Amino acid sequence: MDFEKLQELIADNLDVDKEDVKPEAKLIDDLDADSLAVVELQMAIEDEAGVKIPDEDVQKLVTVQDIVDEIEKCKKA
Amino acid sequence: MYSVKILSTGLSLPSRTITNDDLAKVEETDDAWIRKRTGIGERRFTGEGESANQLALDAARSALEKSGVSKEGIGLVMVATLSGNYSTPSVASQMQEPLGLPKDIPYLDVNAACSGAAYAIEFARSYLAANLNPEKPYAIVTGVEELSKLLDPSDRTTNILFGDGAGAVVMTLAEDSYASTLGAESSLAINCGGAKNSLSLNTPDASHTPSYIRMDGKEVFRFAVRILPYCISETVSKAGLTLEDIDWFICHQANKRIIDHVVRAMKLPAEKFYCNVDHIGNTSGASIFICLAEMEEQGLMHSGDTLLLAGFGSGLTWGSCLVMYR
Repeated sequence: MDFEKLQELIADNLDVDKEDVKPEAKLIDDLDADSLAVVELQMAIEDEAGVKIPDEDVQKLVTVQDIVDEIEKCKKA
Repeated sequence: MYSVKILSTGLSLPSRTITNDDLAKVEETDDAWIRKRTGIGERRFTGEGESANQLALDAARSALEKSGVSKEGIGLVMVATLSGNYSTPSVASQMQEPLGLPKDIPYLDVNAACSGAAYAIEFARSYLAANLNPEKPYAIVTGVEELSKLLDPSDRTTNILFGDGAGAVVMTLAEDSYASTLGAESSLAINCGGAKNSLSLNTPDASHTPSYIRMDGKEVFRFAVRILPYCISETVSKAGLTLEDIDWFICHQANKRIIDHVVRAMKLPAEKFYCNVDHIGNTSGASIFICLAEMEEQGLMHSGDTLLLAGFGSGLTWGSCLVMYR
């Protein structure tokens, strides 16, 4: 999944503007996500990228870049 | 296969309306926070002189009166609940005398938590279909909860969600497309009370833990958005129908976000999903019955409508079935 697709997915799920989904944007502080929104996002990314993100890793995802790194990590695993 | 026809409904809600602002007076929360995360604006709590058993009785009586069915025609009384006045006797058994119903029929509660509606209706259907008592072809099926009595005052992640209330239906068999999807997978993601922690002769040293509802919200959310689409598609396809054949989807009202997710994921029309979680909150086994009763009151259901009921909850259980409105 390229960054633009991930941007779209995040913007769609969190109901924010795509332009605001920058690598350094924080999911909870900047993009107004709450715990259920993070779960929805996790599921959407898993479906789209064909990976399984471990629940213990989800807790550690703070920024959009963290998600990019996590998807890479899951793909290699 | 015999299908289910609902002849009438009954509704009984307790008198106290508790708004999010009311909760904000006693704990650290606020209206916007609760609404955004749950879609809930207010819920009902029992007050002086009100109880689960009384609510159930009032809802059942109202459904029975509206149905026009004679008391002698009732062959089964079932109640979906996890919060009746007593662990035993059942809520159902306490209806016999006040409703003036026959003694020689079964009265039982079913505990499938928030999946209670489909579990109870499917088992009532199966029992009536066995035709053990041909002159008693009707069942009264009620859902009731008094969850306000099971809320931990110090746990604002759960105590904002739940409410009290009862709904009931009088049902009988019909010959139409039918299917149900019931199941469970063992989990304590939602749990409450029971003998395990109670102080007794057998466990005199146990620390007595009050019977509060405990829930892992994220885990349940994940389960709900996986199982609801499964229940809906499975029930529709087993009945030989398509999603377009369903006039109303009535899901357990746990959280508006779950229903929104399902509507989006399955690309279904949101206006076919009846929602009352904004003013009722989560009433577990009562939720779908309360929806049915409100819909009847508002004239939303028409004769011959096909309704798909779908619930999920503690167990973890899931339950879905089709019913036809008279």
